[in-house]
Amino acid sequence: MSKSDSRAETAARIRHLLDTEGDAVAENTRGFNRGRYESTGELGDYESLKSEARAIKEDAIERLPELIDDLRESVEARGGHLYVADDAADANEYVREVVDGGNVVKSKSMTTEELDLNEALEADGARVTETDLGEWVIQLAEEDPSHIIGPAIHKSREGIAELFNERFDPEEPLETAEELTAFAREKLLEDVREADVGVTGANFLTADSGTMALVTSEGNARKTAVVPDTHVAVSGVEKVIPTIEDLAPFVELIARSGTGQDITSYVSLFTPPVASPPVDFSDPDSAVADPGRVAGDGATEPHPDREFHLVLVDNGRLDMREDDDLRETLYCIRCGACSNSCGNFQSVGGHAFGGETYSGGIATGWEAGIEGLDTAAEFNDLCTGCSRCVPACPVEIDIPWINTVVRDRINRSGDPGDLDFLVDGLTPDEEPAGLDPTKRLFGNFETLARLGSATAPLSNWGAGLGPVRAAMDRWLGIAPERDLPTFERETLVDWFAARGGPRVSESMARREAVVYPDVYTNHVAVDRGRAAVRTLEALGVRVRVPESAAAASGRAPLSQGMVETAREKAERCRDALLPEIDAGRDVVVIEPSDLAAFEREYERLLPADDAERVADGCYEVLEYVFGLLENGADPGGLAAGDGEPVAYHAHCQQRTLDLEAHTVAVLERLGYEVTTSETECCGMAGSFGYKSQYYELSMDVGEPLVEQFGDADRVLASGTSCGEQLDALLGSPAEHPIEAIAPADG
Amino acid sequence: MTADTLSTFVDAVERHHASVHRVAPDEATSTIADLVDAPAVGVPLPDAWGIDLPDTVGTDPTPADLDAAATGVTAGSLAVADYGTVVLESDAAGSEAVSLFPERHVVVVRTEDVVPGMREAIGRLGDRLRDGASAVLATGPSATADMGELVIGAHGPREVDVVLVESAGGGESVAGDGDPATGGATDE
Repeated sequence: MSKSDSRAETAARIRHLLDTEGDAVAENTRGFNRGRYESTGELGDYESLKSEARAIKEDAIERLPELIDDLRESVEARGGHLYVADDAADANEYVREVVDGGNVVKSKSMTTEELDLNEALEADGARVTETDLGEWVIQLAEEDPSHIIGPAIHKSREGIAELFNERFDPEEPLETAEELTAFAREKLLEDVREADVGVTGANFLTADSGTMALVTSEGNARKTAVVPDTHVAVSGVEKVIPTIEDLAPFVELIARSGTGQDITSYVSLFTPPVASPPVDFSDPDSAVADPGRVAGDGATEPHPDREFHLVLVDNGRLDMREDDDLRETLYCIRCGACSNSCGNFQSVGGHAFGGETYSGGIATGWEAGIEGLDTAAEFNDLCTGCSRCVPACPVEIDIPWINTVVRDRINRSGDPGDLDFLVDGLTPDEEPAGLDPTKRLFGNFETLARLGSATAPLSNWGAGLGPVRAAMDRWLGIAPERDLPTFERETLVDWFAARGGPRVSESMARREAVVYPDVYTNHVAVDRGRAAVRTLEALGVRVRVPESAAAASGRAPLSQGMVETAREKAERCRDALLPEIDAGRDVVVIEPSDLAAFEREYERLLPADDAERVADGCYEVLEYVFGLLENGADPGGLAAGDGEPVAYHAHCQQRTLDLEAHTVAVLERLGYEVTTSETECCGMAGSFGYKSQYYELSMDVGEPLVEQFGDADRVLASGTSCGEQLDALLGSPAEHPIEAIAPADG
Repeated sequence: MTADTLSTFVDAVERHHASVHRVAPDEATSTIADLVDAPAVGVPLPDAWGIDLPDTVGTDPTPADLDAAATGVTAGSLAVADYGTVVLESDAAGSEAVSLFPERHVVVVRTEDVVPGMREAIGRLGDRLRDGASAVLATGPSATADMGELVIGAHGPREVDVVLVESAGGGESVAGDGDPATGGATDE
């Protein structure tokens, strides 16, 4: 299939999901996400709990073989069995022998989805029933989970009612959520009563005691574990942590991060085989326990009728443990925060943004490690690197980095294409032949921009012509609906030089700074660069915009997974900026995605010391203004708001750096009345929204901004691509906040 | 356990769609009796607590009794103020099933077993679980959001009543930083 056909197919699949499942997914995930903000906001020590959880997981994965030995000792000391399965077939074979064609009730377990355990057991004639209500809906509908913690969030109440009514034909058709729940409870209770074996997952396993934690709300996992006399728990090897005490931060974080509850109804800490007597419904009139027992009797002793098997699944995980870039995936506690905080996921859900089993941002790591690059390649593009999942992750996984690395590996695994000649001449990059031409084009935006400015306005006229756009769509996958950037003939650097250099004398200067001429500001959005220079000068800063600093940050290739090209750019940019920093000049950055590269990704691309020096020397432009005002600079020369209402959408990566508040504070101090957006990401995410196959998704992700900002008279946005997106969504251009506050040009 | 801890606990339980009934030890039995819907099953409270279950609560239930019961009465060995959580220890008497199957769960907790936060609770549970115990941290009734909206009452109880029995010394602490052993059950 040609690349353009394959893009059309991707677009059609996404369009179908937007139409059929998008509304239910959006409502549920956005609700979970709002809940996360509220419930984590109640935790005074949220950040330190996350760091503690992270440290526990780092330590546990580091010591995993030793911990598995300890866990085995704990489980076997109570008469339980522990089996480490190499792969899915091995795990299924073990469980099949235990189940032996009997009746199985299950509580929700993504790991058993990964194994396709149900199919394996059913092949032996076993009756397998999912008892988690969402998972049961999926089982009845013969669909796949659309979310790792809410498997049926893509289904509406009406859709579930229709499914139940068709399948079971109840006397009175079911309608309300209460009726559906009551019906399911009764129906599933019959299966629980007849079960020979209960199969559960495990959220955590503590090596010191052999205890498994199950985090649930419905109570089905308790029934699954307590009613049948045989319990099989299936879990990835990565779930083992050292001690009971290590559970504390996870118990406080997991539900808040996932559904936004402070805690789920039940956190079961079972140390199997448990003390509870099995409930034998085939003998309904004999007492469950030995008569005369009181609370607490025999609480530490395994019940003699119980059998317990713990199946720890490797299936690629131990190799991930050895992989410096995928290892972090194993810290994942499967809370779903990276799905709920993701703009793209909120629109399409896990049926698009997911692989064989796992979905959401972290799924790229899981699927690459367990299934392989081909599976990860099917959805990896949907991570735009916006980084909103980073502060949401309770174990501080750098999920965008995992996506970037996997994208790089996918790029390198591609067949050399027949279209490389189209862009090869333009793109002196470090990437292999066969890289997707769209990625190569966007990854080399710096080269394009230099050429664009040099040949403007010719370059702009050519790019606007209908036949040119059709060809760009067909051959390069650039959405014809999008306005292309208009290159300025006079770059910011040229303008500054022509103006005669710095205007604040050294003796009068409060600070000395370099306004970083990022590719966009230098070649396209020159006005905001000029506004930054005027603003800083009005606040007493001696500003320079040297040609030598006009080195791309590497953000563009990084977002396409072109890691080596990004590294080469980062080295050049470091060489450009460090002399300025060493000379005592602050580097002021206008484009948040470039600042995020300096602050977040350079530590992956450069020696640690260099990365730290660059990060320490750079400031977001409004953060810098905020600092100047806090230190007594006189805002009198800036454009005051006088109560003017403005609608402000901060850039996603800027929010992750915690730099939204500075812009809001400056605007408010100058008298603007600021409304901030509630949307995680505008949907454009750099180049993502320009790609033909993702244009519609991108616009759908931005839709909440239309609802919130549709009536605003003046809209501000910190990111270039956010501004483009707001323009497309709202029909009027957005300005950078620095343009709002800058003194008039003159 | 301080007065503050107890009021935090009461607020947190109520926030999680359950109720708290604070009673003196000699009122506990009659309060339980008022709360149970018939038919009711239960597990006798630890002997050391000196609290009898009312006569209306049957003990030593069969599977058929569990199926038919409208209320289950059990002991909570520990409680967590910040979350309104009650710790339900598994035992050979079948407390786990009794607390799980009936529509209403009445759980009896002593004020001296209420700890302020989750970390203290897990700290107390550490040795207990290493000894082989199992426990459910139960917060409010069972619930699901899988049917298109939040529904209280899924596979487990739909209503939870916590009977909070004051320490003999009254509302203020007698066992504020007390012996962890009082948090557990009694048969060691």
